[in-house]
Amino acid sequence: MSAFVAILGRDLRLAGRTGADALTLVLFFVMVGAVTPFAIGPDRVLLNTLAPGIVWIAAFLSMLLGLDRLFRADEDDGTLLLLRQAAVPLEAVVFAKMLAQWLLTALPVLIASPLLAILLSMDMAIWGKTLLALLLGTPALTAFGTIGAAVTVGLKRGGLLGPVLMLPLAIPVLIFGVGAITAADGSTAAVLFLAALSLVSVAFCPFAAALALRVGSE
Amino acid sequence: MTGPNPLLTVENLALARGGRQLFAGLGFSVAPGGLLLLRGPNGAGKSSLLLTLAGILRPAAGRLDWHAEEPPKLHVLSHQPGVKPRLTLLENLSFWRAVNGPSGIAPQAALDRVGLGDLGALDAGYLSAGQTKRLALARLLVTDRRLWLLDEPLAALDAEGDTLVARLIADRVAAGGAVIAATHDDLAGATQTLTLGAA
Repeated sequence: MSAFVAILGRDLRLAGRTGADALTLVLFFVMVGAVTPFAIGPDRVLLNTLAPGIVWIAAFLSMLLGLDRLFRADEDDGTLLLLRQAAVPLEAVVFAKMLAQWLLTALPVLIASPLLAILLSMDMAIWGKTLLALLLGTPALTAFGTIGAAVTVGLKRGGLLGPVLMLPLAIPVLIFGVGAITAADGSTAAVLFLAALSLVSVAFCPFAAALALRVGSE
Repeated sequence: MTGPNPLLTVENLALARGGRQLFAGLGFSVAPGGLLLLRGPNGAGKSSLLLTLAGILRPAAGRLDWHAEEPPKLHVLSHQPGVKPRLTLLENLSFWRAVNGPSGIAPQAALDRVGLGDLGALDAGYLSAGQTKRLALARLLVTDRRLWLLDEPLAALDAEGDTLVARLIADRVAAGGAVIAATHDDLAGATQTLTLGAA
């Protein structure tokens, strides 16, 4: 357990000392919301209709920005190789890094979501649903992104390929993420499916990513 | 050549990388107290052999017998030191101690041992190549593991650093551990030498 906490804590500490990464993600997320009304026009009804999709697209793209750094730095300085001899299995190492990645890329997006809600003139009820949908759906995006990052860590231009690989996996998250926001009151099917998607992906993706890391290093 | 109860026995090992066979039919054993030197020209497969022993690379043929139910955890010192800039030296060592297990000496004691005792609070990004190597060596001390796999342990070190490595290896070997080192340099106390890529 201490190894798991150490890996999680180290990734958070390193990100905290760099500082700029989380801010870049938030800035990107908010900027998408800020420029959309200018592109669409000041039609509040149309903006309200499109807002759930815009939020999910902004969240998805901003989370992609941080994907490449998940394993890249550890691969470059030899840490990833040494972690293969850690007291915990590689799957636990991947899970710790995946959790850190969610805290560093998804949590800032969740925190910044009220700002986007204002920019897209959402009402409180819709923002509440958006927050819940992001909370339930972003773990799946992070988990799928972890596989993409693991598969491409050994490739020189892997930063471009990772997001492309995870795109098909991310589509259901986006569909049900938007569905969870736009569903009629009392309908929980999309929310439950989103939660299930995240639970299953978070449970299985560390194994798939660890396998990809093992195969990639051979 | 080796003791009666080896830590590791390698039989008929073959390894290919990028379609090129590096070696085949390799066999040796490493016993407690042993220092095996891997020698050979660049590209002979010394580093690859170490990575194979560490379970990173899969051999094309042959067998690694660890004489245990499962392969033990090893210490690996590779070309990349596993040192994080933006973390202090002590934070780097504390991380590895937590990740690998706290069975060795304390991080500050390990830094003292490798001659970096006064730099514990320094950002590791400010270290020279030789100091970074010393920090990587200190990582081997914060967790006690019997077998060390060292790839060019003397690279980037000054004469004092060479002595330090020799002393650390001697201590490891004297404590009943074993060391396999790929090196072009001389290391005292070798019990075996294996030359790869020999005609």
